[in-house]
Amino acid sequence: MRLRLVARDTKIDFFRLERLTFGLSALAMAASVVLFLVVGLNYGIDFRGGTSIMAETESQVPVGEYRAVLGDLGLGDVSVTEISDATGAATNAVFVRIEQQEGDPSIQQEAIVTVKDALTDAFPSVTFLATESVGAKVSGELVVAGITAVLLAVGAVLFYIWLRFEWQFSLGAVAALVHDVVLTIGVFSLVGLEFSLAIIAAILTIVGYSLNDTVVVFDRVRENLRKYKKMELLDLLNLSINETLSRTVMTSVTTLIALTSLYILGGEVIRGFTFAMIWGVLVGTYSSIFVASAVLLRLGVKRDWSGEGKGGPAGTQYANVDA
Amino acid sequence: MLDFPVWKTTLIVLACTLGLLMALPNLFYDRVERANDAEAAVEAGLTPPAGDLDLWPSWAPSNLVNLGLDLRGGAHVLVEVQVQDVYAEQMESLWPEVLRALRDVRDSVGTVRRQEDGPADVLRVRIGNQGGMAAARQAVQVLSQPILTITGAGANTLDIGQEGDDILTVTLSSAERAAVDERTMAQSLEIVRRRVDEAGTREPTVQRQGADRILIQVPGLGSAEELLALLGQTAKLTFNHVNGIVEDANARPSPGNLLYPSVEEPGIFYEVERRPVVSGEQLDDAQPGFDQANRPAVIFRFNPQGGRLFGEHTARNIGRQFAIVLDDQVISAPVIQDHIPGGSGQITGNFSVEETNRLSILLRAGALPAEIIPLEQRTIGPELGQDSVEAGRLAAIVGFVAVLVFMALGYGLFGIFANIALLINVGLILGLLSLIGATLTLPGIAGIVLTIGMAVDANVLVFERIREELGRARGPARAIEQGYQRALSAIIDANLTTFIAALILYAMGSGPVRGFAVTLGLGIFTSVFTAFFVTRMMVALWLRARAPKTVTV
Repeated sequence: MRLRLVARDTKIDFFRLERLTFGLSALAMAASVVLFLVVGLNYGIDFRGGTSIMAETESQVPVGEYRAVLGDLGLGDVSVTEISDATGAATNAVFVRIEQQEGDPSIQQEAIVTVKDALTDAFPSVTFLATESVGAKVSGELVVAGITAVLLAVGAVLFYIWLRFEWQFSLGAVAALVHDVVLTIGVFSLVGLEFSLAIIAAILTIVGYSLNDTVVVFDRVRENLRKYKKMELLDLLNLSINETLSRTVMTSVTTLIALTSLYILGGEVIRGFTFAMIWGVLVGTYSSIFVASAVLLRLGVKRDWSGEGKGGPAGTQYANVDA
Repeated sequence: MLDFPVWKTTLIVLACTLGLLMALPNLFYDRVERANDAEAAVEAGLTPPAGDLDLWPSWAPSNLVNLGLDLRGGAHVLVEVQVQDVYAEQMESLWPEVLRALRDVRDSVGTVRRQEDGPADVLRVRIGNQGGMAAARQAVQVLSQPILTITGAGANTLDIGQEGDDILTVTLSSAERAAVDERTMAQSLEIVRRRVDEAGTREPTVQRQGADRILIQVPGLGSAEELLALLGQTAKLTFNHVNGIVEDANARPSPGNLLYPSVEEPGIFYEVERRPVVSGEQLDDAQPGFDQANRPAVIFRFNPQGGRLFGEHTARNIGRQFAIVLDDQVISAPVIQDHIPGGSGQITGNFSVEETNRLSILLRAGALPAEIIPLEQRTIGPELGQDSVEAGRLAAIVGFVAVLVFMALGYGLFGIFANIALLINVGLILGLLSLIGATLTLPGIAGIVLTIGMAVDANVLVFERIREELGRARGPARAIEQGYQRALSAIIDANLTTFIAALILYAMGSGPVRGFAVTLGLGIFTSVFTAFFVTRMMVALWLRARAPKTVTV
């Protein structure tokens, strides 16, 4: 007896509600952009500069007391947030964030010492679990590096898929990627999770994962295009998605199992990171069907894949192992 | 596809065994680490703690995965060296030479006066006789030496120009600046390394980053502030002759003199000779200690040359003052009571014991050629690191077991084949990480957990394909064969694209993010290897041994 998540031969018409899903995706993307522009991302110190201190006390200290102690040190905007564990219960630890101090870089150092001294005076049992401080110069560079990385990844992928498939596939895959990245930024704007360097890493992994998924579907589309030369593109796409559906679901579920374990048990430090990944796997799976394939459907494809030697760049023949 | 000759099987088994052996030491992390430390101590000629050497056999592989700072705890500091400070210094030391050169042609140049305003990296000289500009330029040009560059282009050390008719300007040429930058960075790296080492920290990493940055990582150190306290100070020590004491900060010192504030007496400024009698480079040793009044002091010893110079100076200047200047501040200005021949002395000021400790380290390590400013600092406490390791390990194990169960439920016997491959896969990742000495960071653990989830993908692709082929009513062997063959292109394309993303992440990222990229990239490599060779081999061998009539996947 096998555990089966998807029935043996599914014949789901994925494009029956194509207008709706396409519209939904477009709407979600628009909403993300609006959220990003209006609410904005909660940039961590990696991108904004400033200092963050993770402090823990033996017994629980209300956040208000921290704020009272740190409020009148004259360090500008100081925010204190409680750290809760995976179940949502509060812990004895807090995050203190101090904005970038104006002027000489050594002032940043002095601010750290001031805050630590003030906290030690007020709560003798306090220990500092982590201290991070990033200057304006570096944070500016990190922003540029992060954006470049994402753009480079998308560009490289566009090129690779164009090489291995056809330009329509390439556009479809990239549309799905952009969709995933935009929605991730949207969801981070919405929930206000800290957006740090690690999240950029998560986004790039999402790019990789979403592609992985899209490419598997496209690979089957390419194969079926060779096999069924007369089939309508809509039916052919549906057939391909249905044939790969079982794999899509299996892989997504195993990845989600691993990620969920990491989200719940992996500790506070990487929770934001795993949240982004879980979200990415969900939208990535969705987008390879409802965005990438849908774009392909709209663009249409070249139907002549048969040619031994004729037509298509040389790279497309590579996969023809059963020839 | 299912044809596995003996040599192929042997090779695959060998590769896996080797990988797993490389991973093995990580299961006994503490033991192996202590044994490695002991071995390093023996090589350095020290005696390791008793018994540590025997904790791990010396013939066994002993490479460990490096734990990143976020897992082990420690301090990470990125600093920028103010290389341009050195230009000004070079101009400063060039001035006497320029002056001498111009005096030699005084007849045509007229009076010569240095213009002190303006940027410090430009030497500006006003000449009395405008008509003598050409002669002045020619005279100074002699000081500019050709630089030997790889390109062999005829670059000189100095750029000589003029402002208006009567001001001669001298700056370092861009080629010379580049050379100066290189020297400054090399020196700074050396000094930083010495200071960090002198502070007695374990396995510090000091790396140059980009043109003018240094990254310092010190595992286990309590805080980055301590590290920065060691690096933030230039620690340029000089002993200068005192020519006067004033109370006006804006007083103009007479030519050849400098005005430095006193640390202990606010409002007092010492006018000292610009040329020091002795400087910190001529120290042989510096140690923290106490003076006669039992105040914390730094006790130092000059090298022979410094000792001689200092002895001569004190012999000639009994009854006069000299200033001990540290980073442009006068720490103390004692009156010379007697000739001091011994070549040793002490520095007292308003020091705490901690400060004398630090100052001794700084003086022993030497002065930094330029100021260093912090750009980024991160400290992770050891407790948090330990928590992260434990949380990461637990998450990895739970996720792993869940995936194993899920695969077994989903694909039965084939799922178990895939699971064995998955176990080998994780072993291989750890083995490779140990082998190349990569650093495992918290995101790196996430990368492994993610790989566990994704590693099954290649197998899932194949198994699903086999199911389809079985549905077309072919014999088991044929179906499996076809399954592997047809899934190949999807596996390659899918993994290559993810690999591209990992590659870019590695190239663009830094620190923890790079650690993630490394595990992700290695994970892709090993998961394709295990799915395509290990699982396939197991399936093939099983098929050959059993020759089943029907197969259910």
